[in-house]
Amino acid sequence: MKGPDVSWYIVLSAFLFTVGALGVLLRRSPLIVLLSLEIMLNSANLTLIGFARHLGQTDGQIFALAVMAVAASEVVVGLGLIVALHRSNAPLDVDKLISLRG
Amino acid sequence: MGNVLVWAIWIVAALGCLGSGIAVISFSNPFYSAIALIGNLASLAVLFLLLSAEFVAAAQVLVYAGAVMVMFVFVIAYIGSDADAPFVGGPSWQALAAVIAAGAILVDVVVAIGLKAGGRLSDQADVDGFFGGPYEVGQVFLTDHLLAFEITSIVLLVAAVGGVILGSEARKGAAR
Repeated sequence: MKGPDVSWYIVLSAFLFTVGALGVLLRRSPLIVLLSLEIMLNSANLTLIGFARHLGQTDGQIFALAVMAVAASEVVVGLGLIVALHRSNAPLDVDKLISLRG
Repeated sequence: MGNVLVWAIWIVAALGCLGSGIAVISFSNPFYSAIALIGNLASLAVLFLLLSAEFVAAAQVLVYAGAVMVMFVFVIAYIGSDADAPFVGGPSWQALAAVIAAGAILVDVVVAIGLKAGGRLSDQADVDGFFGGPYEVGQVFLTDHLLAFEITSIVLLVAAVGGVILGSEARKGAAR
């Protein structure tokens, strides 16, 4: 089974990371910023697993699993923050949440 | 024949991945964005299968498409119509800088791949049938990377406690 080699996966993951970065930088809703962060983390996972296959070692997959756990934790805290913002009637807009700005 | 099939699956999964990623960042309703992200994660799981990472692909579908996205959809349903975030504002300096920065990352990676690693990345290591299966992943995870495994469990515990504290603080604030 000779499919695309690892460079194809890296280029795809670079495009995916760019899409996620654009989402974080362009969108102002914290929910969509979190979703875009997921895209970025997953593009990093794709690179890790691509190189794990390329080198024939499982360690990259282990790292990808750890990244998944960190992403799940980050989503829990992020969504908790969004719910707390919503309950205190704060605007759900990352440009308007400036009360900690120096 | 097998080669053509692998390429066809790769192209379909890659296009699905990029298309649903762009859909995530362009819908104004976060609910549609979350649904599009499920498509993104599913196509990534297909790519992981092509890279013979069966266990990670299964975990991807279970953890992300199962648990994380259900959490997202619950929160979006809880917040309701406040969650709608139309794409406001025309071209601003902020948006222009964002596009330039994102494009710079892309060009960086693609140029680095093209210049530095072009020829050497094509010879792939041979792997046996166990590669990426639960047996091998579990063996490596619980021997070589035991510390990472334990730290992951602590990170998850801290996140769960943090989520509960955030929720109860918010409830106190609402009652006040």
